[in-house]
Amino acid sequence: MAIFVDESTRLVVQGITGRDGSFHTRQMMEYGTQVVAGVTPGKGGQSFEGPGGKKVPIFNTVEDAVTEAGANTTAIYVPPAFASGAVLEAAGAGIRFIVCITEGVPVQDMTRALKYVKDRGARLLGPNCPGIISPGKAKVGILPAQIVTPGPVGVISRSGTLTYEAVIQLTNAGIGQTTCVGIGGDPLIGTNFIDALSAFKDDPDTKAIVMIGEIGGTDEQEAAAWVKANLDIPVVGFIAGQTAPPGRRMGHAGAIISGSAGTAEEKMKAFKDNGIAVAARPLDIAELIKDALR
Amino acid sequence: MNIHEFQAKEVFRRAGIPVPPGEVAETPEEAQRIAEKLGGRVVVKAQVHSGGRGKAGGVKLAANPAEARAHAEAILGMEIKGLEVRQVLITPAEEIATEAYVGCLVDRAAQSVTFMVSSEGGVDIEEVAHTNPDAIKKLTIDPRYGLLPHEAYWLAASLYDDPALVKQAAKIIGQLFTAFQMAGASMAEINPLISTPSGEVKAIDAKMSVDDNELFRKPDIAAFRDLSAEPPSETKARNADLSYVKLDGNVGCCVNGAGLAMATMDLVKYYGGEPANFLDIGGSSNPDKVVSALEIITSDPNVKVILFNIFGGITRCDDVANGIVEATKRIDIKVPLVIRLTGTNEKEGVGILEGAGMSAATSMDEVVERAVALANQA
Repeated sequence: MAIFVDESTRLVVQGITGRDGSFHTRQMMEYGTQVVAGVTPGKGGQSFEGPGGKKVPIFNTVEDAVTEAGANTTAIYVPPAFASGAVLEAAGAGIRFIVCITEGVPVQDMTRALKYVKDRGARLLGPNCPGIISPGKAKVGILPAQIVTPGPVGVISRSGTLTYEAVIQLTNAGIGQTTCVGIGGDPLIGTNFIDALSAFKDDPDTKAIVMIGEIGGTDEQEAAAWVKANLDIPVVGFIAGQTAPPGRRMGHAGAIISGSAGTAEEKMKAFKDNGIAVAARPLDIAELIKDALR
Repeated sequence: MNIHEFQAKEVFRRAGIPVPPGEVAETPEEAQRIAEKLGGRVVVKAQVHSGGRGKAGGVKLAANPAEARAHAEAILGMEIKGLEVRQVLITPAEEIATEAYVGCLVDRAAQSVTFMVSSEGGVDIEEVAHTNPDAIKKLTIDPRYGLLPHEAYWLAASLYDDPALVKQAAKIIGQLFTAFQMAGASMAEINPLISTPSGEVKAIDAKMSVDDNELFRKPDIAAFRDLSAEPPSETKARNADLSYVKLDGNVGCCVNGAGLAMATMDLVKYYGGEPANFLDIGGSSNPDKVVSALEIITSDPNVKVILFNIFGGITRCDDVANGIVEATKRIDIKVPLVIRLTGTNEKEGVGILEGAGMSAATSMDEVVERAVALANQA
């Protein structure tokens, strides 16, 4: 098994005719993801040519992509000004799993979009994330496919390229993955660590989890407590930003709400206190997972 | 992006919040002239992107224009948390009966905007939050509706007993949310919100952080950027669409992706070195960006070695390699380059480097260790 995306994923790409959208649609198709539709307003009726001359129908709306092509998942590659609108449209059309790759989405836009997605019973991954890949099954997003291999480890990360670094360490050590999820680095995201952890909990094929966090916020600390209370499988953690200089803070609101700055030390301590093995560097992740799986 | 108090007050005024008048001075003479114009007692306030100005001695009361001039002379040029004060705000001294705190921010955990108010405002609000959390009232808005009138009233009612003050504060809290939205803020704060002996409620301080992702559609707010408040190298980096923060070490770092960039800095430290900077060349990999990145890194005289750590995804290794080769032609780089290139178009990238007499490794640990050794020898 895998989480969130697999062979049953029927993908629509919002922004399929754009520079990034078209490039990554081809990559996803090459990996074997079922791309059933594209959406670019005004280009409905045209088609997108994928690898091997395979044609993907383009629609004006996500609603058409759902009713006419049976799409159940979307990948969003539209500019920041339109990204929250694209998320809203996808949820409104009945898409169940929405992956928003776009970086630079205004955070106030996301407050409304997140609420709407939740009310519709859909799930959003991102924004500002590399997407998700279930090795051998499906890839939605921009993760390089050559670094993954099927196996028993679930990977969750806030970062993009650092995820690649962690995954390649696993793959090089002969340890495969059920699903690698990039949850995104923005302050407001649709799927947080706990959401992804609980999905992995329900996946019998996932025997261990790698969690890659970074400074800022308290997501990692909350996830660590959740792991201790709810998970029976081992978790290995890594936190980036131990040497990042403390930012000069404006105002008190941030400190009042979270009580802390979300430093690397604090997060690593929360990991250790809750039974999560902490890797000192990315290279050590594979070794710790090997020990955990033994 | 942080904006100055006088700029946040300008946004507040546009939203209708009662804010005392005031003008900014860059010299003691200007400060004196403004104080003369305002008349009476004034406050001279350092304008820097940092909290804790009062405790650092950057806020002073002046009884007359000559004293305002003297205070401005002392405050201008002083350093507050590493930031030089280049401007002071001159504003009338207010009679204060009570000091409250009113703030709102994008709340990650609640996934919405949360308001916080307290009747115990002033410099020790964080201490209040710590020791007496019940003294702070919090309210998370429903993003479908925004801040509703009764919610603003509830918040205000926790600040005062006098209904006349509650009414004014409720209006101000609503206007603060308007200002927050108008500016595309991630945080907006009034501390203190004062009441005067004559029964007026007004904001005598203003703090605001703006979401950088909003600036493209808010040119009036983007114009508030204070270039003198950041090192020229960071300005240059932003103009080149790079994310750069100067640090004190000697290992120059050039990485794609913020998480990997931080992990690279951490690994430099792990192997006994000190990073000279954080630099994220971002997702796309226009060779020109790599040239700009190298110009910025080499402009730091502390740098003894330059470490590239590139894991190609959206970024293509061949683009980065072309940028490196191009940069070595355009700039005289006097320090060694240590390069790691892996991922998308790795073979092409390595080929380009080898064609120019350079080499690349595939492991992150290998290059970081080598870079640290070179920096420590130099």
